Amino acid sequence: MAVRAARELHDGDVVFVGIGLPNLACNLARATHAPGLVLIYESGAVGAVPDRLPVSIGDPALVTGSLAVASMADVFQFYLQGGRIQVGFLGGAQIDRYGNINSTVIGSYDRPKVRLPGSGGACEIAIHAERVIVVAPLSPRSFPATVDFITSPGQNGKYGSRQALRLPGRGPVRVVTDVGILEPSQADGELELVALYPGVDAESVMKKAGWPLRVAPTVTVLPPPTQAELHLLRDVLDPNHLYIGKRDA
Amino acid sequence: MPPTSPKLMPMRDAIARFVHDGDTVVIEGFTHLICFAAAHEIIRQRRRDLTLCRLTPDLVYDQLIAAGCARKLVFSWAGNPGVGSLHALRRAVEKHQPPSLELEEYSHFGLVARLSAGAAKLPFWPLRDYQGTDLPAVNPLIRGVTCPYTGDAIATVPALNPDVTIVHAQRADRDGNTQIWGLYGVQKEAAFAAKRVIVVVEEIVQEQVVRADPNRTLIPGIIVDAVVCEPWGAHPSYAQGYYDRDNDFYVEWEDISRDEAALKRWLDAFVYGVADRAGYMHELGPERQQRLTAKPQISAGVNYGF
Repeated sequence: MAVRAARELHDGDVVFVGIGLPNLACNLARATHAPGLVLIYESGAVGAVPDRLPVSIGDPALVTGSLAVASMADVFQFYLQGGRIQVGFLGGAQIDRYGNINSTVIGSYDRPKVRLPGSGGACEIAIHAERVIVVAPLSPRSFPATVDFITSPGQNGKYGSRQALRLPGRGPVRVVTDVGILEPSQADGELELVALYPGVDAESVMKKAGWPLRVAPTVTVLPPPTQAELHLLRDVLDPNHLYIGKRDA
Repeated sequence: MPPTSPKLMPMRDAIARFVHDGDTVVIEGFTHLICFAAAHEIIRQRRRDLTLCRLTPDLVYDQLIAAGCARKLVFSWAGNPGVGSLHALRRAVEKHQPPSLELEEYSHFGLVARLSAGAAKLPFWPLRDYQGTDLPAVNPLIRGVTCPYTGDAIATVPALNPDVTIVHAQRADRDGNTQIWGLYGVQKEAAFAAKRVIVVVEEIVQEQVVRADPNRTLIPGIIVDAVVCEPWGAHPSYAQGYYDRDNDFYVEWEDISRDEAALKRWLDAFVYGVADRAGYMHELGPERQQRLTAKPQISAGVNYGF
């Protein structure tokens, strides 16, 4: 997933980075096809070049050697709301058929079964980033038909479409999973299967979504990770394998 | 040496004078410069019924909640960064284990905006946010206005004016002119929004040191009520240029906070069982201090001449 997520990034993109896999993907992209990637962390580090793998979003290594340090008011008002961010990465406990994401509660809000951390900056990233890349392993539990709570708006749902809500960003345009890639359909924004990793069949993937997953007319097979990418991930960027298992690479 | 400023005082006095039962308290710092020393003194002085506000409650509020100081939590992301959950908080919310805790929830932008409004003495702050989400449905304070110029629907959040804001910083002079570098999060807004401000620093410097680099001053002394010198006062958070974040402790907190008895033992040993921050650092031991001490990476100065 890290390799696939990295390949979703274009050279020169300004990326709002989260901790964990997205951070790894961004640094992999920077070391391979996108040296001009600009990493912005919600903690305020702009143009960060961390020389150790940051374990928190406010790691001091994000500041050392960065291009700028912004206040959080600037990060949210000028960088994000100001439309300067091309890509935002999001994950969550639940992702529904329209790409709405729940990172707030499992169960009811007032009597939650599990209290999750909440939005952080996810809600506004989903609204403002030009495109959102969601990274999460596909399973019926994490991909229910509807989420228990909408923390971050997707393409469509009970509040209407993004167009109707006049949301500035395009929302989740790619969902990178451990078996392939989902993309919102042109018609109604429902996520459908558009690409598979080598050796994965569409049939088995369809069982992994909590709704009858549609398959796009053409499903591409994604090229496998190169030796160079795997070496960078396993030996250079995440040598202690904090974020990658063998499967994730 | 200049005469001692009336603002300069030990932590014990600053908390006793400026933090009261029932207060709305902000201890800010985004990952960086979180003032655990102040929180521990609040626990030792057994403050109750506090409304605690922070973007990321972090371990610092998990400890205050576990110690029974909190009545309400205003927040936007409640996790242990890079590790997992805040278990004292989760016990309060999921199992209503006493003391039960009222929640008021925003996104980061929403809470930043609340403090911006508070600092600017405006009743609310407008932001393009929350359309298509369930957050306004669970927080009636997230509302909206129609823009008088464009007719656009804009979300609003109300001003937040804490009774007291506690800011940790690298250095200040005796009057509280406070210099911060590295990540400064929402510290400035939180300080300007507050009725009372306590600044806690790694070192007190002469006024000339501040005057030599005025662009680095984030919080002016004119809004500061108390200045406390408390080296290592942010541990296990960090102070850029002084000491690194104690990431191992954030991982250890997972097991400590998951088990109520272990958490109580930890509070007994590291908070109730010590008199002050120096005592806490002594308990922590010299090895950890040595390991976390920052390596030098000195910034070049600039020419302020004219």
